[in-house]
Amino acid sequence: MSIQRLASLLLAAALCCFVVAPALGDDVLTVYSGRNESLIGPILAQFTEDTGIETEILYGGTSAVANQILTEGENSPADVFIAQDGGALGALAAADMLHKLPAATIARVANEAFVSPDGVWTGLSGRARVFVYSPESLDEHGLELPNSIHDLTGEEWRGLVGWAPANASFVSNVTAMRVLLGEEETAAWLAGMIANGVQAYPKNTPIVQATIDGEVVGGLVNHYYLFRFLAEDPDITATLHFFPAGDLGSLINAAGAAILKSTDQPYDALALVDYLLSDTAQAYFAQTTYEYPLVASVEPSVDLPALADIETPEIDLSDLADLQGTLTMIEESGALD
Amino acid sequence: MQLADAIRPRLRINGHHHRVLARWQVGNRQLAQAVSLAVVAVVMIPIAYLVLGAVSAGQEGIDYLIRARTLRIVGNSISLMTAATLLATLIAVPFAWLTSRSDLPWRRAWLALGLAAMVIPSYLTAVTYTEAFGPKGVLQSLLEPFGVDRLPPIKGFAGATLTLTVVTFPYIVLPVRAALLHCDRSLEEAGQSLGLNRWGVFRQIILPQLRPALSAGMLMTALYCLSDFGAVAVMHFNAFTRAIFIQTESYRMDKASVLALLLVGMTLVLLLLHSRMQIRGRHYRVGVGASRHLELLPLGRWKAPALIFCASIVFLGVVIPLLVLFKWLLGHTLTNPIQVPLNLLIHNTVGVSAVSALVVTLAAFPLALLAARGATRFNRWLVNVAYAGNVLPGIVIALALVMFATQNMLSIYQTLPLLIIGYAIRYLPFSIGATESAFAQINPRYEEAARSLGLSPWAALARITVPLARGGILAGLALVFLNVMKELPTTLILRPIGFRTFATRIWSAYDEAFLSSVALPGLALILVSAFALAIILRREEAIS
Repeated sequence: MSIQRLASLLLAAALCCFVVAPALGDDVLTVYSGRNESLIGPILAQFTEDTGIETEILYGGTSAVANQILTEGENSPADVFIAQDGGALGALAAADMLHKLPAATIARVANEAFVSPDGVWTGLSGRARVFVYSPESLDEHGLELPNSIHDLTGEEWRGLVGWAPANASFVSNVTAMRVLLGEEETAAWLAGMIANGVQAYPKNTPIVQATIDGEVVGGLVNHYYLFRFLAEDPDITATLHFFPAGDLGSLINAAGAAILKSTDQPYDALALVDYLLSDTAQAYFAQTTYEYPLVASVEPSVDLPALADIETPEIDLSDLADLQGTLTMIEESGALD
Repeated sequence: MQLADAIRPRLRINGHHHRVLARWQVGNRQLAQAVSLAVVAVVMIPIAYLVLGAVSAGQEGIDYLIRARTLRIVGNSISLMTAATLLATLIAVPFAWLTSRSDLPWRRAWLALGLAAMVIPSYLTAVTYTEAFGPKGVLQSLLEPFGVDRLPPIKGFAGATLTLTVVTFPYIVLPVRAALLHCDRSLEEAGQSLGLNRWGVFRQIILPQLRPALSAGMLMTALYCLSDFGAVAVMHFNAFTRAIFIQTESYRMDKASVLALLLVGMTLVLLLLHSRMQIRGRHYRVGVGASRHLELLPLGRWKAPALIFCASIVFLGVVIPLLVLFKWLLGHTLTNPIQVPLNLLIHNTVGVSAVSALVVTLAAFPLALLAARGATRFNRWLVNVAYAGNVLPGIVIALALVMFATQNMLSIYQTLPLLIIGYAIRYLPFSIGATESAFAQINPRYEEAARSLGLSPWAALARITVPLARGGILAGLALVFLNVMKELPTTLILRPIGFRTFATRIWSAYDEAFLSSVALPGLALILVSAFALAIILRREEAIS
């Protein structure tokens, strides 16, 4: 092909890009999502289909998106913030950036542990922190299931554990540790894990994949990722271990949503939050993403211990707001190096 | 001015070219200068905001700068750059020699396949290496029968070095091969007649002639290593770009700017050192010399090892990435619930790359004109600033533009124009370089003749110079197009909400282990890039 023809091709493509690019109107609801698109995208698309309200969605890590909103302040284009954990929502609540939600919306959530005490954010779905592991790898290395995440700093686990140190669920887990055990012990645990050759992954899914592949024996993840793999390949033997006796490794947290004070579309924003608490959306969380629904009328779909039966540490999710403090501690520990 | 001169690759222009500008009407010169000034102003924005951001960090910033962890990042970046550049040189020189001066069978095919590593972006090569060489990867499964249960982790220094070596070695092959083809044969013959053996000829006669090409190629490789984000991010190696990205993600812009300034400083030091080390000696032939065909050296019993060497390089650079991508495409991997139609990705990627390439080419035009035809001190300064993209890694430009837009121009935050400005600053040097050298090759007398026949200066430019320089301008355009298409960090940070390209799709899919969603856009990106590269190489071929 001659250079002239390439050039005209490029020109045509360029024109296409500008002419065809959809014009974004002002009536589009802007959603900042700290949840992965693969988890929340389909139900947001369903929302647009059911209500006719158009959305544009920014995806990023929960901590990153929360920080972005904090930085943008009053100028933030965001109308709704969807977070992977209560801590990030708490951070925005502490900065007084969240709109109070109607009592009727909050009342949908069965357990009040999963809503903000001030009524400025609501949980959408519950998840437990767990240890995903492969029984074969466990036997092969002659290991026993850990009773606590503190066991994972033991020599026998050297190089065999995976974590996702930048992931929001992990960050709030560490925040909980700071609240319950104090700064020193938390920093010591992080240092112990790193000294023990913990393997870092970008997110939870690659940890599950690495566990299945035998690259690690197990890893610290949210409970639901494994079920995605099982849905496609029932022969996978990897399974979940809930740390017993209120160990920090079994923290229960909630993904949640809030409306920004700076929104110019409060009604559309509320329509989205209400939609995410509707039976339709809650059934989606239960059946498609394998999380715990938070409304009384919808049951979990997979074989999981009831939320009430998990021996989770006693903590108020709103106390997990010091995102920056935890991020700094994780960074200083060298976990991101 | 020495620093600025270092940033910008020098181009020797015959003295008489400069007088043309003097004959331009003053108004036209001022127009070219005004447009150039506007372009340069845009380039200056990120630099200014970077400095402001770092200064606003104050004492905290200084503490952050001198703490041990930051110094370790410096050490990481330097060791990665050094290791990858040296390894790439060690591979590139024999490869260039074998494909140009030996009787290696299928030389042109080896060369093309070896250079093809350039079309695979570093993050894509890196993700395929984690699969191929990971603790339980493909290599381990092949070694299983020999009792290898697991391999040491590939992530970290080893993986980052391997990836960058493989993706950058073509940048050394190209100039070295060109230099080898232009070596003065008579010198070698003289050496032989004075009793040097083949190795002696290579070491004492050929190698010294290669030094300018080698140093240019190695500089390019070193700059690439410092600014690369994809390989270090995938390989979890805490070099500068990754550390800056982590700080940017947490919106700690002051710390990110401190790191970014430090990185830019390191790049400048590297360039200064390089310009100091420039060999002043003479590398061109003085006499006319006897023109003769380059004689190909018979490899003899070294033929088999040479073939194995070339095959290994091609295997590492091209075959492994393609094999792993096909494995993911056809094998069973986790299904991504978010399906993005391939044609949307093509539309976005090709569209934004084409628009950016056009914008960059247009912005480069007046600057290239000033560079080639108007060497006043002020003009030189303008052009040197426009070359800033050479020392500003993509992640740094993106960070600075985010700070600028969020503080001053919220209306362009998260829009395509801001993304395109980011690309433009980064790749302006590519286009100025190509356009400037094309202008410099045109004898200004053609233009003068057109002027004397009554054409206005702009008409002469449009009807004589531009058509003659067309090839160079278009090569620059294709080069920018190719690079924008593969670009990752700027795209990740500056893209509009919901805007997906091949690069962002591959990135987010790999993050969540949706490997088949990595494979399809990955293969499509390689295909489109190969097409663009073929055009550039054909142009280079035509020149030489």
